[in-house]
Amino acid sequence: MLAKRIIPCLDVKDGQTVKGTNFLQLRQAGDPVELGKIYSQQGADELVFLDITASHEGRKTFTDMVQKVAAEIDIPFTVGGGISELRDVERMLLAGADKISINSAALRRPELIDEIVRHFGSQVCVVAIDAKQEDDGAWTCYLNGGRIPTERDLFEWAREVNDRGAGEILFTSMNHDGVKQGFACEALSRLASELTIPVIASGGAGRMEDFRDVFAQGHADAALAASVFHFGQISIPDLKEYLRKEGINVRPPVPLSGE
Amino acid sequence: MKVAVVKYNAGNIFSVVHALQRMGVEPLLTDSPEELRSADRVIFPGQGEASSAMHYLRERGLDKVIPSLTQPVLGICIGQQLMCRHSEEGDVDCLGIFDAEVKRFVPLRHEDKVPHMGWNGITAPSPLPLWGSTTSANSIQLFKALPQRGSGEGATPFVYFVHSYYVPVCKHTAAITEYIHPFSAAMHKDNFYATQFHPEKSGAVGQQILRNFLETP
Repeated sequence: MLAKRIIPCLDVKDGQTVKGTNFLQLRQAGDPVELGKIYSQQGADELVFLDITASHEGRKTFTDMVQKVAAEIDIPFTVGGGISELRDVERMLLAGADKISINSAALRRPELIDEIVRHFGSQVCVVAIDAKQEDDGAWTCYLNGGRIPTERDLFEWAREVNDRGAGEILFTSMNHDGVKQGFACEALSRLASELTIPVIASGGAGRMEDFRDVFAQGHADAALAASVFHFGQISIPDLKEYLRKEGINVRPPVPLSGE
Repeated sequence: MKVAVVKYNAGNIFSVVHALQRMGVEPLLTDSPEELRSADRVIFPGQGEASSAMHYLRERGLDKVIPSLTQPVLGICIGQQLMCRHSEEGDVDCLGIFDAEVKRFVPLRHEDKVPHMGWNGITAPSPLPLWGSTTSANSIQLFKALPQRGSGEGATPFVYFVHSYYVPVCKHTAAITEYIHPFSAAMHKDNFYATQFHPEKSGAVGQQILRNFLETP
């Protein structure tokens, strides 16, 4: 049976991770390649690297980092941030990324999804959606990292993304993100029932129970989190053991070397 | 040891090259029949579309070279599919090493998503054990000494898949995975080995499988 995936997300600025990672005895704290390698050894199923650099030079640094990740890490990884045209996708895939993630660029020009799928296949195309549940209960999609609201409804946009051939949807609930009170299971469950492609849940991980619920109630295919892993609140081997005991099908934590 | 990786128009063959480099092997990326024939091991990787891949191989005469190789050969993902007799993808005749037909996944339930993408377990076609000690005579070469934690159900090795087409279970099946229905996760016949999954993206388990292939007698 296909396993539910656990995905740590690393924000990268000028080639360095921006969130604290002092709990891991890194030779180079803040090196995304080293951190990614440790997560991979701990049993992460995939990695996401998000480029939050604004400058042109930073972009070059990010491409160099993607090449290092591809050379050194033996699990699949997705890169996102600043990808707005086919040329950016090609650069990331040539550098060795397995998948790319697009967000605002897809909302601004949905045909980008079709183009990526036609050129590189649906499996490389992850569409990230940031959405917020408004006071009237409706879910609205946002642009530019949640700063600009759009007219688009989450479920309507997700359906369009699905039908244009994207490989996966990475849905972040802005209401839940950073609150650490659990994922948006109701919205996730509705997405799972309406879509035919996998959904990665993001935003809200605080406790191990939240991961159980996002799979058992939210019917997500994968769960993404950042700070609970970076700050050591949850370790991936512990999380996987817990989920297995709760009856969730996950890839077992890999044995430590020499074990 | 000279390890050749077949160079053709299938995407992401560099991930295989990187995986070999991590194991200290510097492979030769080539589409030259002479180089392929003289290598100690040949890896036939890939991701892409079957009919255009076959077209490329035919243009270079590799459709004749690959089935005639006598050293250990490992097909990966579409490499495994191209080693079969025929593929539904583009309705194309393939290399015919394995007497099997490649079929497209057809979802039976809403939860059945195509492509089959992610980590899934592999088990042995009974009665063979999938893994065992390196000295166990009846364990399958590719799956010897896989890193595992404990035994029983929790010790099933997981590997990474991305594919929309599959090879049904047949006499050449060396490992089975269940998705929609059981299919050939790995195949073996004489000096030809193949995996539907990507060992180069399958963590420590995948690295051991690649090592086992390099160490085939």
